[in-house]
Amino acid sequence: MPVEIWITYILILMIIASIAALEIEDVLSSIVAIGVVGLGVSLCFLFLQAPDLAIVQFLFEIFALIILVKAFLGKEYHKTESTKLNIILTIVTIITLTSILIFSVSVFDLLPDFGKPYMNTAQYYLDNGARETGAANLVSSVILDYRAYDTLGEITVLFTSILGALSILRIRSQMKKENSESQNA
Amino acid sequence: MHKHEGMTLIVKTVTRISVWMILLYGTYIVFHGHLSPGGGFAGGVIIALALLNVLLAYGRNFVTEWLSIKFLHGLESLAASFFVIIGILGMVYVGYFLGNYLSKGELFNLLSAGTILPLNIVIGIKVGTSLFIVIWFLSELKIDKGE
Repeated sequence: MPVEIWITYILILMIIASIAALEIEDVLSSIVAIGVVGLGVSLCFLFLQAPDLAIVQFLFEIFALIILVKAFLGKEYHKTESTKLNIILTIVTIITLTSILIFSVSVFDLLPDFGKPYMNTAQYYLDNGARETGAANLVSSVILDYRAYDTLGEITVLFTSILGALSILRIRSQMKKENSESQNA
Repeated sequence: MHKHEGMTLIVKTVTRISVWMILLYGTYIVFHGHLSPGGGFAGGVIIALALLNVLLAYGRNFVTEWLSIKFLHGLESLAASFFVIIGILGMVYVGYFLGNYLSKGELFNLLSAGTILPLNIVIGIKVGTSLFIVIWFLSELKIDKGE
């Protein structure tokens, strides 16, 4: 079977899982459904012969699942009841998205065939990557040699986002400490 | 000391043995980034998950004694600056930023591919420590109780 058919099956499974994640009332079950979506993305990367991305996606999925379970388990949520306005909004959204899809069909004809991109840089990397960088893993040679600037940007993004998250979390934990001290006194 | 914290004795014993294997696997993924799929990001996440395993099994107080968060914080910032330093050294030796100035070596050898190996190690340390620090600060907030 060609790869495209497998990927179509995985995509259908992912769509079903994401609808299930929205509709299931139990929090743990919907977290598991989100995990199925992430696993589907990882499998897609594996079928498209990108094991590097598949590994990273799979690991981050585990990481996100642990955080979600720790954050949302044991909490009670109240369901939003469907009102007339909600139904109208849903209909408007569906109509808008469908019309955008219909208008964008003609754009798909302009796209190059699957696996035949217009840019030819990839072929250069395949031909000369191992000789010029000495790395057997071509992905490594691209992200850390040919495109090392991008990786520096990624590192900067990670560094800045974690600084921001830490400063917010630190303020909140200090506020909590002060509150408990004032309660004890 | 903190005997009643964390999970049961069975989980703690299994974690005590398995966490070193997970750390070893993460280090392997980082060091073989230029030979096999993986690299700094994937290996770093595995290292962070191993530390998270200890945090879940043993509880927060044990981890605070076992690891110094300030040290991890310093390591994280140091790794980020080492990436830039390696890049600037490329400017000195080859003439452009992040140039590959170390010896390329033989294909498929562990010590090959010039600056790709040190950059992978630096990224692995950076990702591993920073993800774990975020988890550690989140665990302080007791988010499961809504505080």
